[in-house]
Amino acid sequence: MSPIVKRKGEKFTLPGKYLLFILTILCTGLIVLTFHTDILSAPASALGGFIVTPLQEGISKAGSWINGRSEELVQIRSLLKENEELKAQIDELTMENIRLQQDRYELTNLRELYELDVQYDEYDKVGARIIAKDTGNWFHSFVIDKGYDDGLAIDMNVMAGSGLVGRITDVGPNWSKVMSIIADNSNTSGMVLSTSDNLIVSGDLELYAEGVISFEKLVDSADRVVEGDKIVTSNVSDKYLPGILIGYISSINVDSNNLTKSGLITPAVDFEHLEEVLVITQQKQTVGDN
Amino acid sequence: MRRLVISAALVILCFVLQSTVFKELAFGGIVPNLMIVLTASYGFMRGEKSGLIVGFFCGLLADIFFGGLLGLYAMIYMYIGYLNGKFNRVFYPDDIRLPLVLILISDFVYGIISYMTLFLLRGRFHFSYYFSNIILPEMVYTILITLLLYPIILWINKKIENREQRSARKFV
Repeated sequence: MSPIVKRKGEKFTLPGKYLLFILTILCTGLIVLTFHTDILSAPASALGGFIVTPLQEGISKAGSWINGRSEELVQIRSLLKENEELKAQIDELTMENIRLQQDRYELTNLRELYELDVQYDEYDKVGARIIAKDTGNWFHSFVIDKGYDDGLAIDMNVMAGSGLVGRITDVGPNWSKVMSIIADNSNTSGMVLSTSDNLIVSGDLELYAEGVISFEKLVDSADRVVEGDKIVTSNVSDKYLPGILIGYISSINVDSNNLTKSGLITPAVDFEHLEEVLVITQQKQTVGDN
Repeated sequence: MRRLVISAALVILCFVLQSTVFKELAFGGIVPNLMIVLTASYGFMRGEKSGLIVGFFCGLLADIFFGGLLGLYAMIYMYIGYLNGKFNRVFYPDDIRLPLVLILISDFVYGIISYMTLFLLRGRFHFSYYFSNIILPEMVYTILITLLLYPIILWINKKIENREQRSARKFV
């Protein structure tokens, strides 16, 4: 007799085997569905945001609060001494400030010439705090505490300080998932700032421990690209806004095909100690948009 | 009902701790896998069905927040929970060796399957690197955490079981 047939007066139970079978089919269905479409991401992310994000946010906040208090206690004594030193420094700095103001005047003029930086400043940015990091050890994605309620959307670029961190790949009401450019499954179209040569920047788990990421497919027949050159996001990337700093070339090799070059980049962002990020709310214009 | 609420709370707690607190306590960027400990424990303490349900929800949470595909981690965790349930018959609460070995194997299997599905399929063939730098450290760290976490899960389970037995006797 089949174990799932309900006998009279007996409590109905589904044996593990059958449940496993049903859930396996469900999972396979979900995998296939999410591989081809993204219709499920909205309800799933809303559910996650409802249950888990408030907890993560609370724990992260409590952690940084405790950290802050303990540091305060340690610091009070040294602060008194520091205060004396700082007063002396103020006089020094006032002098320097005058000199810097003159420099600044010069800088504004130069910036006008160097339009890239001006463009950089004009992007609208929203600050967000990192509240959770990938539970596994394979990839480097994290969750920030703002979502579509704050005007964020998928594919918005994320920066920290002056460098590129990654982009939003999933968004919920009060959280978003950010995939970093150092993640193993991330590829970014970049450009050498000095020569405008395009290249592909890809994250690599093996290189992560050394704090670098790799680049490849650099066509540089004139041998003008050298170590230390700035790499920025390219203007042909369909996800990233142009001109955001990725990092600096730390080593460069000619590929075995003698046509392209590859090598390593030191990222401009310190991914180990990332706490707050800036999300650029402007999105890259693509061919389909008007 | 009480068991359901406590189990759900444990799943969420493990997930939240793993994604926040333990990320700060990571040794060399490696985080212990609390959810494997929970899934495997439920498997051999409560049987196949509990194991696979707890595993499914643990995996689903990881999928929603950090997975690329919804359902992949859910499936891996679910099977690990189910297979651990097979050892329910030889499980004795006083013996800690079997749980340690089972959790170690579970985490190893989890690491291997993760590597195969997420890395090997994308042409990353350098297995020895990933094994010695990701899978092995994670196993060691997870086992250390198990020594702390497992007694807590065992204690909670015992409490609930006692309470259930008492209320069952009341009806008889």
